[in-house]
Amino acid sequence: MAALRTILYLLVYPGVLFLFAYSTFCEWFDRKAYARLQNRMGPTHTGKFGLLQPIADFVKLLAKEDVVPAAADKGLFAVLPAIALAVVSTAGLLLPVWNFDLARPTWTSFPGDIIVILYLLSLPTLILFLAAWSSTNLFSTIGGARVLTMLFGYEVPLFLAVLSPAILADSWRLAEIAAFYQARPAYLLFNLLGFLVALVAVQAKLERTPFDIPHAETEIVGGTFTEYSGKKLALFRLAFDIELVVASGLLAAVFLGGFPGGAVVGFAHFAVKTLFIVFLLSLLRALTSRIRVDQVVSFSWKVLAPLAVLQLLAAILLKGFLP
Amino acid sequence: MSFEIPIGPQHPALKEPISLRMTVEGEVITNADIRLGYNHRGIEKVAEEKNWTQNIYLAERICGICSHSHATCYVQGVEKLMELQPPRRGLYIRYLVSELERVHSHLLWLGVAGHEAGFDSFFMYVWRDREIVMDLLEMITGNRVHYAINAIGGVRRDLDAGQKAKVLEGVATLKKRSEYYLNLGGTEPSFVARIAGVGRLSRELAIALCATGPTARASGVARDVRKEDPYAVYDELDFEICTADTCDVLGRVVVRIKELLESYKMIEQMVRNLPAGDIACKAPRKAKPGEVVSRYEAPRGENIHYIRANGTDRPERLKVRAPTLGNYPATVEMLKKGFIADIPLIFAAIDPCICCAERAVALIDARGGETAVVRMSDLRRQAIARHLNAPVKGNAAWPL
Repeated sequence: MAALRTILYLLVYPGVLFLFAYSTFCEWFDRKAYARLQNRMGPTHTGKFGLLQPIADFVKLLAKEDVVPAAADKGLFAVLPAIALAVVSTAGLLLPVWNFDLARPTWTSFPGDIIVILYLLSLPTLILFLAAWSSTNLFSTIGGARVLTMLFGYEVPLFLAVLSPAILADSWRLAEIAAFYQARPAYLLFNLLGFLVALVAVQAKLERTPFDIPHAETEIVGGTFTEYSGKKLALFRLAFDIELVVASGLLAAVFLGGFPGGAVVGFAHFAVKTLFIVFLLSLLRALTSRIRVDQVVSFSWKVLAPLAVLQLLAAILLKGFLP
Repeated sequence: MSFEIPIGPQHPALKEPISLRMTVEGEVITNADIRLGYNHRGIEKVAEEKNWTQNIYLAERICGICSHSHATCYVQGVEKLMELQPPRRGLYIRYLVSELERVHSHLLWLGVAGHEAGFDSFFMYVWRDREIVMDLLEMITGNRVHYAINAIGGVRRDLDAGQKAKVLEGVATLKKRSEYYLNLGGTEPSFVARIAGVGRLSRELAIALCATGPTARASGVARDVRKEDPYAVYDELDFEICTADTCDVLGRVVVRIKELLESYKMIEQMVRNLPAGDIACKAPRKAKPGEVVSRYEAPRGENIHYIRANGTDRPERLKVRAPTLGNYPATVEMLKKGFIADIPLIFAAIDPCICCAERAVALIDARGGETAVVRMSDLRRQAIARHLNAPVKGNAAWPL
């Protein structure tokens, strides 16, 4: 029975199948919200309300010609999209959605999984840099340099912001952190500042406006993805969609009280909370213009990092005073 | 590490082919080089083969955005050559379309500037509102892009009371929206962070490098043909030259939005004070020998047409100086010491209309760098030879 559950967990929910379906849905939701905010219609024709448009895009890309530059490091160039997809899907398994028992840690929910999930979410950035570097295109190289430059900006505030609720909850395990805040919902308000910092940092991690600098179309064409086409690009795009879901899931688990109530109610919590975060991210995307890479770094260290430290201090102090 | 990045001839930031070669150190530009001639169409030569009336439509096709500017600039010159005095009502309608065109061109540019800065919401909003003025232009002239309203000696179409009311109504809406954009473009932090202090062009440099139009005005040079050499109806209108003294892309955005507001003012005045009478007078078929320089303030800056007549029904020479050409030397200066991320913004900020400015082409050997002069007959021979030597392509199969 436990083995069946694990297989279901791996393959169906919240494993590969679910992540694929849900991440395409989130992409649709993001595109639709973004379009409506801009006075456009967004996807309309493929499926009901254009719901199948992201899947259609994925299939279309799979069918496209796959070109590998002659000067590229062929092995690395080909394998990176698959690794990116594997890494973010693995991170998805660590979300405390359903298959966990608070009393008994398992391999999907254990003390320290919050660190592992943050680590797994950092890997795609490095993979992007390698992808850019291995394709040897000039625009990709500039994009890759920008990816790394940005990483040094937003990563520290993100870690500080995400870890301070964990400090308040006195646990490094996502399920326990979520359970702590489910028992004391008012405590979520203490982490509001951290939530905002994490939201902005996640936006930067996902390279969405105002942080879409590594693939700024009007400056460096496709940036990191200039040389990617066909299946490889499709996998990269899917990896980004899944990263969007996992990152919003992480924020929901840490800042919004997790997903209590077993498989069905837990799923409802998961959908509502992640969509709420995706909506906030879309809002941010629609409201801002792209900034420069040096502005990202200075903004991260002058604004985000101090705020994150403030949140951390608040968490530590509160822990001493609260019962 | 210093390396060269090619922006163009094909690049997502450029809607038309031009080659900008940037020498960059990391993200900072150390040198810039502009190469032109990818879109030369030989319009000046064609003009010598067409008669005075046909050339109106040719001149209109120099540009796809400020089409009316070139047509009007040409018609103004020809009317001077023919010593024609078009009726006042015709002139009012002609320059009403001019100002509506300026509104459409500036709104288009504003959207593009938003897109270049990655501010797509701004882009979508502005272009939605641009539809209002496009519809007005279509209502008045019958066309959205090449209005073809000009005729030698006046205009082709009259305005009726219903159209006048619609123009006023549309302009009132646009005025409200433009004020909102002025507020938004000047205060939205991420947008301002991108454009403030970028692409600096000092007042002295702007004068020395002959910058024109909003580019010069954003550097504090109050230069506007409509004011300093008022043609046709502009001495009867109440308007101001909009300038900014920030000398950067932000200044160029602000100048253009302020010009929009001035244009609305002028449109309202022209519609309200539209004189009665004819809209055109009869033009002779031929012009007396002579030459004329016609100046016109296009949305992008000063547009100059030089026309020489030899007594026949066609010009002996038509020389076009599009405003974009005047702004290229300043662009090179603006690009230096900027970031790679600023290239599209700085370049877009002069509102380049590349194929307008293409008056010449140079054949340069890509490998050796030698320039060459090739006769038309040689080109033709080469084209035929290439066609004959080309590999046989598989015939397209059409199963149905």
